[in-house]
Amino acid sequence: MTTILDPTDEREPIARQLSPRSGAIRGTVAFLDISKPRGNVLLDRLEEQFKQRVPGIDVVRYSKPTFTKPAPEALRQEIRSKSDFVVEALAD
Amino acid sequence: MNPLLPAFSLRDTEGADRSFPTAARPALIAFVKEDCPTCGIVLPLLDAFARAYGDALDVFLVGQTRDGNARMMQRHRLASPLLDDSGLKVSFAYDIDMVPAVFVADRDGREIERRMGFDRGEWQTLDASLAALAGRARAPIDWNALPEWRPGCGSLSVDPRYADRLRAEAENSPLRARKIEIAPDDDEVEFMFDQGFTDGLPVVPPTPERVIRMLAGTRRDPQSLVAVVPPNMGEATVEKVAINAVMAGCKPEYLPVVIAALEAVCTDAFNVHGVMATTMGASPVVVVNGPIRHRIGMNMKIGALGQGARANAAIGRALRLVIRNIGGARPGGTERSTLGNPMKFTMCFAEWEERSHWPPLHVERGFAPTDSVVTVYGMTGGPSLIVDQTSRTAAQLAGSIAQCMESIHHPKAHMMSDALLVVSPEHVDTLHTQQYTKADLRRRIQEVTSRPLRELVSDERSGVGMSQERAKTLSAEALDRRMPKFASDDMIHIVVAGSEAGKFSGLFHGWVGGEIGSQPVSRLIDPN
Repeated sequence: MTTILDPTDEREPIARQLSPRSGAIRGTVAFLDISKPRGNVLLDRLEEQFKQRVPGIDVVRYSKPTFTKPAPEALRQEIRSKSDFVVEALAD
Repeated sequence: MNPLLPAFSLRDTEGADRSFPTAARPALIAFVKEDCPTCGIVLPLLDAFARAYGDALDVFLVGQTRDGNARMMQRHRLASPLLDDSGLKVSFAYDIDMVPAVFVADRDGREIERRMGFDRGEWQTLDASLAALAGRARAPIDWNALPEWRPGCGSLSVDPRYADRLRAEAENSPLRARKIEIAPDDDEVEFMFDQGFTDGLPVVPPTPERVIRMLAGTRRDPQSLVAVVPPNMGEATVEKVAINAVMAGCKPEYLPVVIAALEAVCTDAFNVHGVMATTMGASPVVVVNGPIRHRIGMNMKIGALGQGARANAAIGRALRLVIRNIGGARPGGTERSTLGNPMKFTMCFAEWEERSHWPPLHVERGFAPTDSVVTVYGMTGGPSLIVDQTSRTAAQLAGSIAQCMESIHHPKAHMMSDALLVVSPEHVDTLHTQQYTKADLRRRIQEVTSRPLRELVSDERSGVGMSQERAKTLSAEALDRRMPKFASDDMIHIVVAGSEAGKFSGLFHGWVGGEIGSQPVSRLIDPN
């Protein structure tokens, strides 16, 4: 991790960064269906594959009320507090 | 009352966390590093102290590298585990220059004794005080087998590789700017492009240690305000200027010049907002005079206005990055230049005062020859080349220069702008043949560029100039009156630079001169 000092007058927030990649999947993986048609089909298939290839993880399924709007704050908080990884499905 | 020694918590070689101070026990704290031969001598002694007095006082043996600790444990078969200070934070907090460094604390954690290096007599005294503190018999040590004296080695906490980082991270660090963490998967140079921090070329990442090093270039407080920078009226502290100076590639010794240049452009007279915002595409041109030119290696000779000289390039670039990042002047935002201008990357050079027969620019502007001074000009173009290889008299050459200067903005645009003329050494020599002063040169330029007003009226060849309607209201006498190119002689700024070979001078074209546009501003560079 490199730290630099902000060269600006700090009136604007810095764009968000990618989280560090650990190189391994463990713990709880959240599968978030954004409620686009057939997103559940994609996630079902992914879940099968995850369970085969990464045994020992827990998969928890979530879904957004509608794909047209951002996930509600409570849902985001719940996923953040209970999960180590998130897979977000698009589809159509 | 003796000072409290800094508290710490460090992990030992066995994986346990150990903290100082503990309740109501005196302590021995010793700093060592593996590649220090004197540490090799004292480690068995420290271990003997731990065995003899360890049940009555806390012994902390602090090593400065993790691998070195493991090797020292093995080599000396130590009974007491070594603590890992590979981050060097505790060594830094104890402000030690050398190892071994030994501190003795009373039961309140106050320092009562310290020893640096190894002096047998002193260490025997140390042993006696520890025995007394612990209330135990003296440790069994064969003092005669030890050398009388050995110097210590440099502590890693003052090693130049680490010292700046430690200062930057310390609790009393002078840095206050927002810290931005760049994720390991992100390329730091790309990240800075993405954030819009650069002028289109890569910049040096302004890490805290680099900024600390840059701040060593000035005595000014890092949080003192240098200027409020338009158009956003962002506050440029010394620290913020230093951050941008790091990014531009400056050395610390350039920083006072960047600071003075920033003070100069952020004045009402210079009007940096207008200079940056104008569709005409102006930019600051920075000229440096005085002894600092030599001290920081500025180029004033061959290729002075071009690339290749770090001080010239980096100082001009740092000024522009400050205006961009703190002032918020960005192309397409408040910077509205139609075509842009390569001077918007950087334009800074020094005057070759010693090669000139004239008083240098800063002396002409009221400073002492021994002062170091920066002068800024708001210029829209240049340097354009004035080619005259054949004039042999001063009047001829000054006439040539004048004819080229007429093209500024437009040959028919008179009394609009100012100009910065960079006279090359060979041209200086020609002008000197008739002892031409700067005033003579200015007068000649005004004389040769003077045109009857009737020649400056809009016509079928060019729509530039006084309108036909306005001209019709003037008398024949008024239309015959000659108008010089410049509203006054002092709109012609003159400096000397360039190589010995070449009968060419350089011309920077001004923007809008005078009070409604931009006027040159000089600032004393804080001598360091």
